[in-house]
Amino acid sequence: MQFSESFFPQRFGITTRDLENYLSEALSHGGAYADLYFEYLSTSSIGIDESIVKSASQGVSLGVGVRVIADERTGYAYSDDLSPERIRKAARVAACIAAGPATVEKVSLNGGGRRNLYPVLTAPNETAFAERVELVKRADRAARDYDRRIFQVQASYADNLRQVLVATSDGVLSWDRQPLARLNVAALARVNGGSPQRGHAGGGGRVDLGFFLNEKTPEHFAASAAREAIVMLDAVDAPAGEMTVVLGPGWPGILLHEAVGHGLEADFNRKGVSAFSGRIGQQVASPLCTVIDDGTIANRRGSLNVDDEGHPTGRNVLIEHGILCGYLQDKLSSRLTGAAETGSGRRESYAHIPMPRMTNTFMLAGESDPEEIIRSVPKGLYCPDFGGGQVDITSGNFVFSAAESYLIEGGRVTRPVRNATLIGNGPEALKYVSMVGKDLTLDEGIGVCGKEGQSVPVGVGIPTIRIDRMTVGGTA
Amino acid sequence: MSGNGSAGLAAEIVQQALAAGATDAECTIGEGDEFSADVRLRELERLKEAGSCAAGLRILRGRHTGSAYTSDLSPDGIRHMVRSAIELADITTEDPHAGLPEAAELGAIPGDLGLYCNDVEGLATELKIDMARRAEDAALRADARIANSEGASFDTHLGLHAFANSRGFAGEYRTSYCSLSTVPVAREGGSMERDYWSTTARAFAGLEKPEDVGRIAAARAVRRLGARKMETQKVPVVFEPRTARTLLDNIFDAVHGGAVYRNESFLAGKLGTRVASDKLTVIDDGTIPGLFGTSPYDDEGVPTRRTVVIENGVLKSYLLNTYTARKLGLRTTGNASRGLAGNAGVGNGNLYVEKGDATPEQLIAVIRDGFYVTELIGFGVNIVTGDYSRGAVGLWIRDGELAFPVSEVTIAGTLQQMLLSLEAVGSDLEFRGSMAAPTLVVGEMTVGGR
Repeated sequence: MQFSESFFPQRFGITTRDLENYLSEALSHGGAYADLYFEYLSTSSIGIDESIVKSASQGVSLGVGVRVIADERTGYAYSDDLSPERIRKAARVAACIAAGPATVEKVSLNGGGRRNLYPVLTAPNETAFAERVELVKRADRAARDYDRRIFQVQASYADNLRQVLVATSDGVLSWDRQPLARLNVAALARVNGGSPQRGHAGGGGRVDLGFFLNEKTPEHFAASAAREAIVMLDAVDAPAGEMTVVLGPGWPGILLHEAVGHGLEADFNRKGVSAFSGRIGQQVASPLCTVIDDGTIANRRGSLNVDDEGHPTGRNVLIEHGILCGYLQDKLSSRLTGAAETGSGRRESYAHIPMPRMTNTFMLAGESDPEEIIRSVPKGLYCPDFGGGQVDITSGNFVFSAAESYLIEGGRVTRPVRNATLIGNGPEALKYVSMVGKDLTLDEGIGVCGKEGQSVPVGVGIPTIRIDRMTVGGTA
Repeated sequence: MSGNGSAGLAAEIVQQALAAGATDAECTIGEGDEFSADVRLRELERLKEAGSCAAGLRILRGRHTGSAYTSDLSPDGIRHMVRSAIELADITTEDPHAGLPEAAELGAIPGDLGLYCNDVEGLATELKIDMARRAEDAALRADARIANSEGASFDTHLGLHAFANSRGFAGEYRTSYCSLSTVPVAREGGSMERDYWSTTARAFAGLEKPEDVGRIAAARAVRRLGARKMETQKVPVVFEPRTARTLLDNIFDAVHGGAVYRNESFLAGKLGTRVASDKLTVIDDGTIPGLFGTSPYDDEGVPTRRTVVIENGVLKSYLLNTYTARKLGLRTTGNASRGLAGNAGVGNGNLYVEKGDATPEQLIAVIRDGFYVTELIGFGVNIVTGDYSRGAVGLWIRDGELAFPVSEVTIAGTLQQMLLSLEAVGSDLEFRGSMAAPTLVVGEMTVGGR
């Protein structure tokens, strides 16, 4: 597709000459680099509660962000009005970060090569609402039908379609159409009016509606949520203290996101404030661990054709056989440190400055049989599902909260335990990984990563792994 | 900001919605001007400045709801929003409890609530940068072990909130806000720790001195150096005000009308019963001038008020909007809260713990072995069951004194037990946000470590 046939030129009449002029305006006070990020976001959401579709909403937000970089300084301004006067005003405001005469002669833009990791012809956002509302109704019915003890179900469906256009003073011109959809189900179970337990499941990706009709159906997510709630009815108090922990495949990959991923973002390392700063080439995990961040996996929630600075995303090896290999770079960090860009510059919206972020972060499969991993543990904890996690990148301490976990006694998974937080230290925790399963699984597509107030969709994945030592925060 | 007239536009949008077939409608318009300056290692690192405006509309057709929002306030953009909301009412289910507040419930509390201070307007950019620079500089000078910094930020926000509905309500009010924070990094041997301090106010003149912000942040980072991991054990836990506030977050989630009617709160069905020790009184008050949880009316146009949530340990009230109140057969408490999209949720006003008599030092002095918690991480709180397990950082209390730093441990228990075993409430209540608590002492929790 030619630039002139893409969304912003078609809808708003924007030409390459307009973009070149805005960039020149942005560099008029001596900035060394400038970029423009246009965004048009349509969203919709539907919610069911008590079997009543109580909410349905749709909306549009649009705007452009202008950034100017001068040495280590960044100026940023945005406008939710795409008129030339307002864009030029934003460019002038951002330009003020630099003080001096213009040094960049003339900007000329070239559209780069195109690929499409999510060739979704009709985005969910473009289909009839009547089809999408069926998803939450089916989820509600299926969760209630799963077991008589399920007494409360909430399901929500949300999708969006983001049209973006990035133009940079380096001459990069790229545009993308980014669909995203997600279905969530939460179920509450109780016995004879006793105290309730909750189960949760969800998933999606950069997919069309067929994904929910053929691959991961509302019934699939509903059964997962209901099953988790029922299992937890029999939960006993979680243990406290250091023990062997086995993580199940898929979403427990959030361990990697918290334990190493954030600590490897280049902004923290450039500033020397990460527990991983200056550790490239060092052993930070057991030799069984190879950790990848890959923004190029088709249809995944964390994938992007180009990052939010217009650079193609890539497959970046973070840790190879336990050795720290590299950091996730954005434009600013790579300019300042000379490191190659990794396609990791992301932002929540046009109103936000890009930062190095993860995409889909996972550990490569090993050779162990998952059942053999559990059999190898005389006493420990098995965690197949988690809630959220958080990390203090400076000390390296991270936590993540088990949503479903079980005691392992004598090599067998026995009783479910109540929710507990697991805590560890980033550069140390993965050194205790002693077995890695061959069952690498990516999560079903529910991750949202928060950093400095900006949320972006991400994915994680992991095979079944055994960690010989980790602190479990229970009460027993 | 365009200023006046947003309430008029909101009322006009409501009329358009009625003309298009809605039987009731409510419209919110939010405008904001934001500015931020970030300084790191005494150099300007980032400047950001912009303004924005958007509208949200919720309509009813009978008992069916639909909603839409837009940042395109052109006549076409507004027409599209109205059509979108009406279209969605066809796919939602009839809900007998859906609807706007009764006309008699609408209104605003009178008087100047001190939400807007014009000294935040037109501050010179150099002055704002200098505030951040002074705070960071004070942190860097405070101690030789402050070797690095994540920088300092000075932020301002000016907002205009307009709201109108088809029961005759139309209103608007302005807010101002400024904040200054810094995050120094301390280092000694192999130990590296960061902490922060911040000051926020409606008025620029209300901010604490940048030098104080830097000094406190530095002291907080330095005292974390060389932290130990403790043996797993049960001890009393003292929450300093910054972490005590997070317990109010948990209490808020548990008295939230939505969680209560769905039975997904450990406090559901507990009105009038003892849920905490008699030391605990929790109040929500959206009417206190100048504070961050204050507003003349909630996001459905119902006047804000003072609601006693827990009185001497007895649960007195949930926090409700119109919908959750109807579900529970109660009256709204004026706690409706909404963004632009969707139905109104429930939000707090100024939610705080009434202060006690003892200073933090007096509370610590009587503890032989205990954990003074200065930071919590993670999301390990389950409001349905009350299960509580979070990562914690702090100082160990030995023989009545703060003895040494502790990290990489968890604290665990249940919220039910934590509230019932609350032993003491400090006198050090300060409003630094819309939730505020003084130092709180919980009788016993499990510290998970070695």
